[in-house]
Amino acid sequence: MLKDQDRIFKNLYNDLGSDVVSSQKRGDWDNTKSLIDKGRDWIINEVKDSQLRGRGGAGFPTGLKWSFAPKKVGSRPHYLVINADESEPGTCKDRDLLRFEPHKLIEGCLIASYAVQAHVCYIYIRGEYFIEGQKLQKAIDEAYEKNLIGKNAAGTGWDLDIFIHYGAGAYICGEETALLESIEGKKGQPRLKPPFPALIGLYGCPTIINNVETIAVIPTILRKGGKWFSSLGREKNTGTKIFCISGNVNSPCNVEEEMNIPLKELIEVHAGGVVGGWDNLQAVIPGGSSMPLIPKEKCETLTMDFDSLVAEKSGLGTAGIVVINKDQDIIKCMARIARFYKHESCGQCTPCREGSGWMWRMLERMAKGEATKDEVDMLGDVTNQIAGHTICAFGEGSSWPVQGLLRHFKKEIKERNKFDPIIKENKNIPYLVDQHLLDKNA
Amino acid sequence: MSLKRPAKNQPENFEFNTSSLEAAKTIIAKYPKGKQQSAVMALLYIAQRQNDNWIPLVAMKYIAKFLDMPYIKVYEVATFYSMYNLSPVGKYFIQVCTTTPCMIRGANKLVEACKEKISENELELSNDKTCSWMEVECLGACVNAPMMQINDDYYEDLDKEKTLKIFDTILKGETPKPGSYRGRINNEPENNRKTLMDLKNA
Repeated sequence: MLKDQDRIFKNLYNDLGSDVVSSQKRGDWDNTKSLIDKGRDWIINEVKDSQLRGRGGAGFPTGLKWSFAPKKVGSRPHYLVINADESEPGTCKDRDLLRFEPHKLIEGCLIASYAVQAHVCYIYIRGEYFIEGQKLQKAIDEAYEKNLIGKNAAGTGWDLDIFIHYGAGAYICGEETALLESIEGKKGQPRLKPPFPALIGLYGCPTIINNVETIAVIPTILRKGGKWFSSLGREKNTGTKIFCISGNVNSPCNVEEEMNIPLKELIEVHAGGVVGGWDNLQAVIPGGSSMPLIPKEKCETLTMDFDSLVAEKSGLGTAGIVVINKDQDIIKCMARIARFYKHESCGQCTPCREGSGWMWRMLERMAKGEATKDEVDMLGDVTNQIAGHTICAFGEGSSWPVQGLLRHFKKEIKERNKFDPIIKENKNIPYLVDQHLLDKNA
Repeated sequence: MSLKRPAKNQPENFEFNTSSLEAAKTIIAKYPKGKQQSAVMALLYIAQRQNDNWIPLVAMKYIAKFLDMPYIKVYEVATFYSMYNLSPVGKYFIQVCTTTPCMIRGANKLVEACKEKISENELELSNDKTCSWMEVECLGACVNAPMMQINDDYYEDLDKEKTLKIFDTILKGETPKPGSYRGRINNEPENNRKTLMDLKNA
């Protein structure tokens, strides 16, 4: 287990208070000027040394992302945008950071803004987190009052303004270019890439977009050193991460742990074990709903980091772990996830708009045992038609969980959906195309 | 994609009141000059608050004029995002999360409670016209499942009985206490905390 002194978010459960004075007692805003005085290159190099990877799901190296920002500010200003549109089912880490560690985020914003030469930072919070947004706004006001941000922020000579922009209930706005569209006051539909936002982003200006957790760990990394951060976890998967453990566990919780921690330890030690005991475990979704599920056999030895999950054909994503035990119907669970994606598709690309609905309807029928044998393979075919054929990664996000289900639970689906072909069984299922063959008069 | 339709009975006029107008001006000031269109989402939200939790078409037209942008662009935004209510939803608007993490912890019981106490169907006003409910997608409080949102507040760690009690309170016209209904503190593992123990006992 990670030692308490190595934990970055000491106030994850709000034992200490989230106001500026209590935050300063924990070390936030402690001589921020000295960090910034070391210069842009030092900051970016230190972040590169720490091997910090973005915490929003894709796991892109943060230092590298920052170095994409143009070195000199031209006629167009630079922007920093913080992605707090947390809506991946199974994930609720950013909510606690906004509520309880807002000053870590604000200080991180100042350092990151300096590193990418931005004077304006927008924090995009999902609309449902209204209360959390108000708490963050209070912290921002405190920071302005103490001159920690604003003109000559924290005595560094850098000017920074931070504004909150509320979303309004669209999952797709967590995709970075959709988020930019949304800030510009349009429908949140993703843009084609390239051009990448680092060159042409918000209002056509260079923009760096980072997740809340990524930015909030930056001040601690710079204070304790990139070496300290990279000593935790393992090569290329370093540092600590907030894991959200939900579903059929005895005490669902958020907990900050070292990368590469065994999944079994997270569930058994921190979340109080699976409801009904470890043997009652059916499957685990390791990284938010868009990551393929992992069956019990593999959960025994699985470690939680980006690369080891990719090796299992899944992903760490946002580290939202959903535990599903044997009391649940796994096909129904995945059908509900498919319904989520059907609801949240932005409707821009046809494969995703139509395909997400197909997948949902097929899975609903499979859960009821109304599908034919052939349809199981047909469903796999549909997922392959979506993944990789859309503008943004939503196509993959919606088809991967279904592919995961087919990979590990095909036997269960086939057992439940046996009849073949439909006409021999003489079943009356009105939406099947060969229904007319059942008509005796035909 | 979700489908949204504006209400049949639309009011004739809409105008921001003084406090809304002030709020709108502060928001427009957040964005660079000439980019006032960015404020459209916030302005729609302000209109929704002013107009008993829903946005009539005249409000969209008003906002379009206010921000000097085409009406259809405002309409596009208002119909794209799910948090804008285009028909009346009552003073207390209940949103029950039924996505998988909540579902496997019994969100369907909360839906049952809604059907018993509030109204038979989603988005249908209760008998006294003060509240309505709907199923929504993940609200981002998965470790507190099952949960629901009433207006701005989150109600967490619920079961059917507790939900019915909350509904009794709102039907009396009072706002119940938000947060966990199992008495746990924020997102810590209930009765099983293994980390940051010094701080807890400090």
